Parts: sequence; C-alpha cells; structure tokens
Amino acid sequence: MSKIIELKNVNKWFDKFQALKDINLEVNQQEKIVICGPSGSGKSTLIRCINRLEEHQDGQIIVDGKEISENTKDLEKIRAEVGMVFQQFNLFPHLSILDNCTLAPIWVKKMPKKDAEALAMKNLERVQIADQAKKFPGQLSGGQQQRSALARALCMEPKIMLFDEPTSALDPEMIKEVLDAMVDLAKAGMTMIVVTHEMGFAKEVADNMIFMDEGKIVEKAKTKDFFENPKSDRTKLFLSQIL
Amino acid sequence: MNLSILKSDKKNLNSFIAAGSALIFIGFIDIILSSFFSTNITAFLPSKISYLTPLLFGLFGLYLIRIEFSGNKLLDKVNTNFNSSNFNALLTLLVIFALIKYIPPLLNWFVFDANFAGNTKEDCTSGGACWVFVKVWLNRFVYGLYPDTEQWRINTAFLTLFLLVGASFFVPQKFKKYIIIFLLFVYPIIGLKLISGGDFGLKYVETGAWGGLSLTFIVSAFALILCFPIGTILALGRRSKLPAIRYTSIGFIELWRGVPLITVLFMSAVMFPMFLPDGTYVDKLIRVLIAITLFEAAYMAEVVRGGLQALPKGQYEAAKSLGMGYWKMHFLIILPQALKLVIPGIANTFLALVKDTPLIFVVGLLELAGMVNLAKTNPKWLGMAMEGYVFAGLVFWVICYVMSRYSQNLEKKLKTER
Repeated sequence: MSKIIELKNVNKWFDKFQALKDINLEVNQQEKIVICGPSGSGKSTLIRCINRLEEHQDGQIIVDGKEISENTKDLEKIRAEVGMVFQQFNLFPHLSILDNCTLAPIWVKKMPKKDAEALAMKNLERVQIADQAKKFPGQLSGGQQQRSALARALCMEPKIMLFDEPTSALDPEMIKEVLDAMVDLAKAGMTMIVVTHEMGFAKEVADNMIFMDEGKIVEKAKTKDFFENPKSDRTKLFLSQIL
Repeated sequence: MNLSILKSDKKNLNSFIAAGSALIFIGFIDIILSSFFSTNITAFLPSKISYLTPLLFGLFGLYLIRIEFSGNKLLDKVNTNFNSSNFNALLTLLVIFALIKYIPPLLNWFVFDANFAGNTKEDCTSGGACWVFVKVWLNRFVYGLYPDTEQWRINTAFLTLFLLVGASFFVPQKFKKYIIIFLLFVYPIIGLKLISGGDFGLKYVETGAWGGLSLTFIVSAFALILCFPIGTILALGRRSKLPAIRYTSIGFIELWRGVPLITVLFMSAVMFPMFLPDGTYVDKLIRVLIAITLFEAAYMAEVVRGGLQALPKGQYEAAKSLGMGYWKMHFLIILPQALKLVIPGIANTFLALVKDTPLIFVVGLLELAGMVNLAKTNPKWLGMAMEGYVFAGLVFWVICYVMSRYSQNLEKKLKTER
C-alpha cells in the first residue's frame, strides 16, 4: 500500500504554547486511524494541520505527494481532496441540505448542476437522509445534520476523510446513527483519520490507534495491541479511565 | 380623617363602580370641553389647577374601581391592563387625555380648517394650513427647475424604472436575473442620458436645473446602489490578512466616518476642482454623488463588518475544507449569511442616506427640501414654511416607511434558520 499522508517532524506553536511536538506519522491508502487522548493534547490540531486549517511552523506535511506549506499554490485543490467532518457540523444554514451538498461540486469542481444533484442524492442516500434533502439544516436533528455534513464532504469525492470529534456534540441516542454511517464508509475503503472518544467504534474500524498527550504521539500501535497490551503507562491510565 | 370608607372592596362593588365610573366620566367631559370648547367645568379655578382637574377626577375614579377579582370580566381586564397601580392609572390617563386634547387641533389645522382651493396666498383665509402653497408649487417640488416642456423625460425615466422593478417581481426567475443586471448596469446610463439630454435631439438640461423630489430619488438611488458594493469590499478589506489592504481600508473608513457630510459636500464642490488638471470639468452632481457614495460606503462597511464578525469560525472552516478559495468562500457562504444578519443595519444606513440628501443644498442643488426652502422665500408666499416643511417631512416619511417595510419583508423572506 502506498503512503498518502506523511508528516515529518511537525511542530506547531500557538504563540508560546507548543501544540504539536515532533509529530511523525505515515498514513497509507485505505488505512483507518483513530486518534485519542485527553483534551488539549493536540489531536484536533494535528488533523486540522493536514488540510491547513491550522498552520504548522516546522517540519513537513505531505498529502498525496504535495507538500503543504505557506507556499502551496493549489492549497484549494488539496483541500478538495481531503474531506472533513467537524464537531459542530458547520452546515451552511442559508442553504438546503441538497444545496449544501451540491455547492462545492458545482463551484469548485465545475460539475454540471444535474450531475452534482445526482451525486448529492446518491451520497445522501448513503447516509440515509435523502428524504430530508429539501429541508434546511436548522430543521434537522443533530444526528441528521452530522450525517448531512458527512454527505456534503463525500460529494467532493475525497481521497481522505478527516473526522474531528464527529459525535462529541450529539445526544447519546444520535451517536449511533452517525457512527454507523462512518463504519459503512470505512468498509467501502476510504482512508480515514478519526479523532474520537468512541472506543467501540475504534475497535471495530481502526487499523491503527494513536494516543496523544501534551502535543506528542505517545503511542502508535495496531488496534488489538493498543487495547490489549498498551505499552506506555500514560496510555494505560487513559484507557482505564475511559473504558 | 379616616379614609378607609374610600377603600374599594367587593362588598359594595356596584356602588364603587358607579362612583368610579361617574368620576372618570366627569374627567372625560372635562377634557373634551377643554379640547373643543376651550372651557371646562373647573374654569373658575386658577388656570393651572383647572388644567389638571380632569386628571385628578380620572385618577380618583380609577382608584375607586380598582377592585381585584371583582368577577366582572371587563372590569378585571381594565384593572390588569391599564389600572394595576396609581402610577399606571396616571400614565393611561395622560396618554388618553393628551390624545383628546391635542389631536383635534392638529386635525383642524391639517384638514378641517385647511385651505385647498385657490391659487394665491390671499385665498388662504380660514386659519388652517394653506395647502394652496403646496398645490401651486407642486410641479417645482417634484421637478425642480427642470423646464416644463421637458418634464416628460423625467416621467418616462421614472415610469420605466418602476415598470422594470415591478416586472422583476412577477417574471420567472430565469428572466429576473437579466432585468436586475439591466437595472444595475444599463438603465442608470440610459436614464441619466434621457434626463440630461444633449444628444438624440434632446435639449441639454444642466444639472443645476434638476431638483425637487426627482433629484432626491436620483441622488438616493445612485448612492444606495453604489455604496453597497463599495462598503462590502471595504468591510472585507478591513478583515484582510494583507496589511496594505487592511490599513488602506481602515484609513478610508475612519477618514470618511470622522468627517461631517456637509463638509465633505462642501469640499467636493469647492476644493475638488482645484486638484483636477486645467480644463477638465466634472459635473457638480457627479461630484456630489461620489462624495455621498463614499461617505455612506464607510458606514455601510462597518455595518457589513458587524455581520461578518457575527458568523461562527466554523463556516469559514467548512468552506475552506471543501476547497473554496477566498472569493468563492465569501460570495457563496459568508456574505449571504452576513448580509442577511445585518439587514436592519443596512436599512438603517439607507434611510439615513435618503434623509441626508437635502444637504446637497450646500453645493446649490435643490432637492425636495431645498425647493421648499426656495419656495418659502418667494415674496408672494412668505410665511408658508410650516406647510412646506410638513409636506416635505411627510414625503420623506412615506419614502422611508416603504423602505423600512420592504426591509422587514426581506428579513422574513430570507429567514431559513434558527
């Protein structure tokens, strides 16, 4: 399998606070990685650096063969290949669900409107929300909104999907419907990096687990090893607290 | 003295209601007498006291009928809504009595004693408003000093405008786009050419002769249409990451916001031509339009910036993560939401702009209020300032009220979330 994302010695500071310390990470095509760790450990910052919603100050980030830096000219093209699902959904409230999904394909990928709508319906079908296509985001439940956001990202037909705590803002009974949609996506072979506290999901889907603390990757291991035989004491402590 | 006998209670409900109603009734009779017949029941008392007696009668009456849970539905309703305490009773009476006392004289002046017939000031004999003045001068109030024989040009221009705007509401979405583009980019040139003339066999009418309500509309419309995009770009510029653009925007906004409009207009008329090379001439009206536009754009920029700041960061991030660049992100995602949020602020700025147009008198352009000002100094019509300004005020009020209603409808129509 070939590498699709590569991080080499990445460092990031927010003013004087160092959010990421010497991150090295390789992600292969179709690999699913779940990142966990206590809050403030740099998990979100790490995946937001991958599509440059945050800027790193040191080191290299290479996505699909192109390095991401302040000199990157076609940052938009790279972002179009990297889908992202946010904790707060971030749907566009002034557009219907269907328009949310077709907007970027039409304007960024120059797709004809008809094709974009067909694609959007296909993806909405996939997350089982096609019947809500004409509604506005404000009229949907949290779980439905998050699935719409997932469909919106999928409409760009990305090579990589990033999930930034996709279920943290949801009521417990809605978490499952979102996780189910993500499991389906994983089974379809998408490359995924997921920041989440849902360990059940991690066990089911992840190839590799990453545990982060204080801006560092403390442990990276195969999922089975990670849960059954964690090496670092910090990981053990964390797992004992959340499992 | 023991006042407990005056304390309302349910036992003697009917007698209290009777006594209270009688007192309130006397209060009303008193105020109506003083309003229509300039006398009242207590006219024998010193005038300052008799002025207040209706209020005292009414207050005491309301005090007597203030009985909680009386069982009488109407009475309970009155008591909870208007008469829950002495202070509320006083406010209720003050409002009602003020209306009775001051509305009739006002109506008399406006309508009943007003003069409508005739053609000269001498026809106004009855003491009320002299609307003859407005009638005689109406043509000037609408067209300014524009030659009578050429006024059809203004009529045609405005009629076309109204028809096009009206049509844009009824035609299918597909054509609407073209009508709006035509209205914004082609029509202004045609309209201005038609009114100014000089070609196509039309007599040239210099802008100094333009005036009245039509000039109010011309100045307002141009400034409104132009200040909006400029303001939006300034707002974006002020939030730009590029220091050159940001500081230029800040400088521009703060400069124009910090100067009174009247001085800006004065500068545009007196100072601006000095900076132009010899022989070039920019029309007075154009200079005024530019000045007002830039002035209002600075205000618009701050209104729009408020909307931009109210949007959550997540909207920007979602747009970016879908691969949108700066302009796509702003035109598709950010501005539609931000502008919708600040419709009340935009309407505010627009209303202020319309009401600022009379200030163009400093460069010698006379729109509606300016024409009124001119007409009232006519020796044959001295002393008509009141009628003139009331008329101008009413016209401005109607224009602004229509705009305000339109903005409220727009707000409702565009509401999709929350």
